Amino acid sequence: MPLLEIKNLTHRFEGLCAVDDFNFTIASNELVGIIGPNGAGKTTVFNLITGVYRATEGSIYFTGNELVGRTPHQITKLGIARTFQNIRLFKELTVLDNVRIARYGQAIYSPMEALLHMGRYNAEEKRITDHAMELLSIFKLDDAANERSKNLPYGLQRKLEIARALATDPQLLLLDEPAAGMNPNEIKQLMEFIGWIRKTFQVTIILIEHQMRLVMGICERLVVLDFGATIAEGLPAQIQNNVKVMEAYLGKELVK
Amino acid sequence: MSKLKAAYQTLLNKWHIVIAHRFFWPIFLIVGLLFSIAASTFDILDLYLQLILIYVGINIILTVSLNLINGYMGEFSIGHAGFMAIGAYVASLLTVNVFPQTANMFLFPAAILAGGIAAALIGLLVAIPSFKTRGDYLAIVTLAFCMIVKSVLENIDAVGGPRGLLGMEKLTTLPWVFFWTVLSLWVIRNLVYSKFGRGVLSIREDEIASDLMGVNTRQVKVIAFVVSSFFAGIAGGLFAHTLQYINPRMFDIIKSTDILIMVYLGGIASIAGSILGAFIYTILLEILRPLGVWRMVFMPLMLVLLMIYRPRGIMGLREARLFIPLRDLFASKFWRQKKKESGDASAGD
Amino acid sequence: MVYIFQQALNALQLGSIYALIALGYTMVYGILTMINFAHGDLFMIGAFFCFLIAFYLKLSFVPTLLLTMIGVAFLGVVIERLAYKPLRNAPRVSAIITALGVGLFLENFTLALNPYPQHVPALITDQTWTIGNVSISSLQIIIIVLSLFLMLILDFIVQRTKAGMAMRAISWDKSIVPLMGVPVNKIISLTFAIGTGLGGAAGMMYGLAYPVIDPYMGIMIGWKAFISAVIGGIGNIRGAMIGGFILGSVEIMVAAFLPSTYRDFVAFTLLLILLIFRPYGILGKPNPQKV
Ligand SMILES: Nc1ncnc2c1ncn2[C@@H]1O[C@H](COP(=O)(O)OP(=O)(O)OP(=O)(O)O)[C@@H](O)[C@H]1O
Ligand SMILES: [Mg+2]
Repeated sequence: MPLLEIKNLTHRFEGLCAVDDFNFTIASNELVGIIGPNGAGKTTVFNLITGVYRATEGSIYFTGNELVGRTPHQITKLGIARTFQNIRLFKELTVLDNVRIARYGQAIYSPMEALLHMGRYNAEEKRITDHAMELLSIFKLDDAANERSKNLPYGLQRKLEIARALATDPQLLLLDEPAAGMNPNEIKQLMEFIGWIRKTFQVTIILIEHQMRLVMGICERLVVLDFGATIAEGLPAQIQNNVKVMEAYLGKELVK
Repeated sequence: MSKLKAAYQTLLNKWHIVIAHRFFWPIFLIVGLLFSIAASTFDILDLYLQLILIYVGINIILTVSLNLINGYMGEFSIGHAGFMAIGAYVASLLTVNVFPQTANMFLFPAAILAGGIAAALIGLLVAIPSFKTRGDYLAIVTLAFCMIVKSVLENIDAVGGPRGLLGMEKLTTLPWVFFWTVLSLWVIRNLVYSKFGRGVLSIREDEIASDLMGVNTRQVKVIAFVVSSFFAGIAGGLFAHTLQYINPRMFDIIKSTDILIMVYLGGIASIAGSILGAFIYTILLEILRPLGVWRMVFMPLMLVLLMIYRPRGIMGLREARLFIPLRDLFASKFWRQKKKESGDASAGD
Repeated sequence: MVYIFQQALNALQLGSIYALIALGYTMVYGILTMINFAHGDLFMIGAFFCFLIAFYLKLSFVPTLLLTMIGVAFLGVVIERLAYKPLRNAPRVSAIITALGVGLFLENFTLALNPYPQHVPALITDQTWTIGNVSISSLQIIIIVLSLFLMLILDFIVQRTKAGMAMRAISWDKSIVPLMGVPVNKIISLTFAIGTGLGGAAGMMYGLAYPVIDPYMGIMIGWKAFISAVIGGIGNIRGAMIGGFILGSVEIMVAAFLPSTYRDFVAFTLLLILLIFRPYGILGKPNPQKV
């Protein structure tokens, strides 16, 4: 059974068809890239999977559960986590809190226990704090644990966003343009980093990216979107020579 | 100079050891309670000072509870006075009409508690519209709520209509105010440093991201509203039994604005700030009393200047170390220690 | 039938005053997405300006109206420059609180200068006609006609002029407009001037209709006008007019069937119910958040 299966997914914004009859499957431990020109509907696909928008039509199955109609936090609980195209950290909160917030679902105690700091509160807080620090130290962010996240340099903010996503214990990780704003050197590091995350955390990854080097270098399979529709699908090498894809990126005239 | 600095450092460290001690809070509580009992029974403080301290306490409760919504959660409620009204009326009706006069002394906490619970139940209702994500939605809803409470009270003859309610005994004493103030500070501080409190903070920072990180934003909002309105109700009950007279007009938007000023003066999202804000504002109002009407000109002007030059208040988004649990305060330090202990054996990465 | 007609006339009078004030709320919201909670108090200032001008300068109706509108508009622009402009990039909550503060300041400042309610002199010879048992006063006619006239002018400015186009552009998308060479600060000042000027006119008409004025008169009427704006869809100019007339009618109807003390209750309950079923009002549109 595939980990995630999307069938006939369609989404319209007041007439604009942002995603058009999209079909997609991904098996456990795959790393698939979604590419396409600006405004192709890539981010919208992530938003539909994670429940930010409700699909106009179609269905999304994750480990056998239908996702359409569920709220974002329910979907997160099922095991999907994401990062954002424009970093959306909790800016004024500490690095540690950014990660601990993502463990909301893993800390088991009632509101009453929270108000009185009694019962399971102490043990659970200790557990999630230790886990968060562990995660931060894996990402070499533990020294900054008490810093406000807005004070981190850009590259570390991107890292923290990935750490925060991993803190929800996902099976499927959605990365939206993780290389945005990085130089070639940093992109090379990021490629290794993503591969390492995949091994260490045993996650399946879907990656949106414009940086061809990165996509071609690490993705096992690519899906190309243009105006919401899938125009090509296959191995990176196949996509590279696909005429339709070149047309989408460069315009018809140039290709001829 | 450096000697002075070093001395200050050692003193600070000592102070941290003191406040970190297991018995610090219990001892503080007992001493405070004893002092407030002594102050009110043995004439240590004159009545006027006692009254001011009572108002400071009530205002601290109001400020810290509104801070939960406006500061920590970043939503905007102007209906706090409405919850206060509910607490004030419920508690007063109980002590005046329901409880036997002779037992009032003992049943007073029950009346206050009932006022808080009534306000909390209404808070549950108001929480529902706050689920809609839209900037100023809650401001409009709470405004309407506050107005509705006021006009409902004005139209019920059994509670005195526009004339208000009389006949409460002066049951609010310094020790009781001390007790309820500390309770509200403690509970809200506990909430803030729990997963629900972090949920509240994350809603302020980015509600959609918060939901996507697995925070049940609805649950968190309900909890915040119920706790906030509960303590507004408590404050209302205490207020009614200090003044011994209430009417619906006391709990209008102007009262809410007063509480807002204290929140934004002391500092948003800060327990220490709430205490500071309530303290400064209450005292300032007393000091400026001779100015008469001009005092009421000065106050809003202060609010405007505050918003322009220090929109987050004195302690905005910062907290006195006193109120931060050690686990949070020293997270990095504890972790480094732990790593060192285990790292000596297995040399980490 | 006669009764209904009479009540409809009253509703029209109240509704046009609400609508005029609501326009100020809605215009400022449209352009700054900020609730200008001081607007009701600018309405009150309008009534006091009218009183001062009519009482001390002894001017007649039209000059009084013009001076009042200009004076209040000027005050509105000054408030925007001094209090709101520094907060344009601050969290929206700061701006709302500032507006609340400015409103309180205006109330208490007026109170401090002028501790007694004042009586606005009658600027119009009061005449009442009776047409088939429906009585209508000259004042009523002036209020209704003048309001409609001002609203028509406003609609023309917003829909047909260059400045109006710039206003609509700014409320459509704040980020790109400056790039297109629109003088944003000027347009915002103009919006405040027009919005508060209309509020001032409403204050004057209210003062003529109910001559005893006091510094706190703007609070409740301001809230009511605000409700009107929300009912119509805040940010939407035609919505504000519609909302004003709806609320005016509802209030007159309530007063006809229930004790008048229920009026506020009904108005605010109406607001709550509407917000539950149509959170963006009658003509308003949600602006979805991009992720
Ligand atoms: N909330 C929204 N309301 C209206 N239209 C939207 C919304 N979100 C996205 N769109 C539109 O849907 C289309 C697809 O947008 P999307 O963000 O998915 O593109 P994308 O492929 O991620 O592009 P990019 O590479 O620039 O990030 C675009 O035309 C965009 O303008
Ligand atoms: Mg995108």
